[in-house]
Amino acid sequence: MLEVKNLHASINNKEILKGINLEIKAGEVHAIMGPNGSGKSTLSAVIAGKEDYEVTAGSIILNGEDLEDLAPEERAHKGVFLSFQYPVEIPGVTVTNFIKTAINESRKAKGLEELPAKDMLKLIREKADLLEIDRKFLSRSLNEGFSGGEKKRNEIFQMAMLEPKLAILDETDSGLDIDALKVVANGVNKLKSKDNAVIVITHYQRLLDYIVPDFVHVLYNGKIVKSGGKELALELEAKGYDWLK
Amino acid sequence: MDLKEKLVSSFLAFENKGGLDMDSNVHSIRLNAIQNFEKEGFPTRKDEEWKYTSLRPLLKHDFSLFPSNEEAIEFKNIEKYLINEIESYTLIFVDGVFSSHLSSTTHDECDVCVLSSALTRPKYKMIVDNYFNTIAKNNNSLSELNTAFTKEGVFINIPKNTVLAKPIQIINFSTGSENEILLQPRNLIVVGENSHVQIIERHQNLSKNTTLTNAVTEIFVNKRAIVDYYKIQNDTENSSLIDSTFVSQKQQSVASVNTYSFGGNITRNNLEFYHEGEHITSNLNGISILNGKQHVDNHTLVNHKFPNCESHELYKGIYAEKSTGVFNGKVIVQQAAQKTNAFQQNNNIIIDDGATINAKPQLEIFADDVKCSHGCTIGQLDESALFYMQSRGIPKKEAQALLLFAFGNDVVEKIKIPQLKTRITKLIAKNLGVNLGFEL
Repeated sequence: MLEVKNLHASINNKEILKGINLEIKAGEVHAIMGPNGSGKSTLSAVIAGKEDYEVTAGSIILNGEDLEDLAPEERAHKGVFLSFQYPVEIPGVTVTNFIKTAINESRKAKGLEELPAKDMLKLIREKADLLEIDRKFLSRSLNEGFSGGEKKRNEIFQMAMLEPKLAILDETDSGLDIDALKVVANGVNKLKSKDNAVIVITHYQRLLDYIVPDFVHVLYNGKIVKSGGKELALELEAKGYDWLK
Repeated sequence: MDLKEKLVSSFLAFENKGGLDMDSNVHSIRLNAIQNFEKEGFPTRKDEEWKYTSLRPLLKHDFSLFPSNEEAIEFKNIEKYLINEIESYTLIFVDGVFSSHLSSTTHDECDVCVLSSALTRPKYKMIVDNYFNTIAKNNNSLSELNTAFTKEGVFINIPKNTVLAKPIQIINFSTGSENEILLQPRNLIVVGENSHVQIIERHQNLSKNTTLTNAVTEIFVNKRAIVDYYKIQNDTENSSLIDSTFVSQKQQSVASVNTYSFGGNITRNNLEFYHEGEHITSNLNGISILNGKQHVDNHTLVNHKFPNCESHELYKGIYAEKSTGVFNGKVIVQQAAQKTNAFQQNNNIIIDDGATINAKPQLEIFADDVKCSHGCTIGQLDESALFYMQSRGIPKKEAQALLLFAFGNDVVEKIKIPQLKTRITKLIAKNLGVNLGFEL
């Protein structure tokens, strides 16, 4: 599904990613771990197409298509979804209106008609129920005044609505207490299927107790320095990152 | 001959041929006004209050002062400028002349009619003597100019204890029958005790010819009365507007003036509130969304003179391309006005490098037991918010529009007429160049 080949990326002429290679198949869950400043968030932003970063070498191929020249929204239409570490607050736009716009823009891009209001509402309710989201929550302004847990749950709600092929969860566990973590992880697990793939970016092992990865990669100084199975995460938890440097 | 000379020399002819049987009181008001205008002339950028708005390019035009051709327009040509989804009283003026066949007036529960009739009929003499030109007087030379040439406009007189179910729509059309026309509508609105009225006002040029409108509106809000006033400014690029609106409020009254500026060449809004009693609420809301070389100058004044009153002012601006905005918000809290709550907020977004905003909050507080605040921001669109939305599949242009919508949303939320809210929302979407699938 996703092939990242020799990816180099820089911001303000400072190279952050220094040759990343990663292959992810449909149905897999990959965890990317690493110390602060290793390039984890950069990798997710570059895959999602953030324009501040310049890809200086290498490529990102999604289902055989090079993403290089695609704008973030076009990547989203191809099935890339990035759950933000710090979701942005947008006062005045409700959760419902936001997701409606997102869904319909994506349909428009695929040459489909807008989803009829009735079907949209049904879909929203279905996904909200799946993630145990209170209906009242849907008419609040997007992320405005949301608690850390609510913001992350809202991210997963949007993921559920957009049904991406590749979901990247960037530090979805940060700022969550254990109960919120379970709810969010549970949501992700419900959305997982043999047709989609998930990249979980995290500092800590604890999220991986709930979203169990097939592969764990350690990112350090812009490169993947070690890859392994889920037991690698446990090893990192016990030993830290120093032994890999 | 420059425009000032032309106006001054036309005055006598205007007074003589007026044809209106105005009483001597109005005559002397007009005479006094033209003398004041002659003394002061048009404001220049040397005047502190006109530092950021130059009238100079406008004054070069050879304006026709008294249109000779009467252009007949049909309802189907103007329908789209009305909020048609609601029943309302309508007052339509075409090149400064009242169009009775396009309008819907009343003398039943209240008077919704034209100023020319109020100025000439004995039954309105007392109201005219009590109110006409009492707040506009000696205010600025442009208002004086309007007063001198007072001929036509809106007269609304709501007796006490009357809640008007229908809003009143006022539209001043110019047809282009003259190449360059100067219009000076004059409105007098008196709202009796405990009464409630909603008014929507608009100026619209139907041609590509040049129009300059110098409008003056005096609004008197008596005890416990409520006035909601909406100004839609979405005119063509050859249309300029100098609007002076003066509001005088008695105790426990609530007056709100909402200004939506989306188009026009040069627009200057002088909006002034004067308090004549306690427990008054004044609301001033505005949103400007400009592009091209449009210029909008919002000059506001709230004069707190009595204790226990409040004012809430919220102006937002979105400036694209080479547009310019001015916000000058003055709040005076006089010594007697203890326990005043006065809040002012002005937020601006600059979209393109060529756009400019000059923001100037002015607070003059002479009382010591008051709550006053003001905040002024000038910023750009939040790049991280744009990326966030794009990453969810919303294209950049739509994402920008959505953010700008959200930015202006609290001003739009103030609209109490749902059909008008829909209309304004659509106008905003149109101005932002998007078609959003929902209404905020």
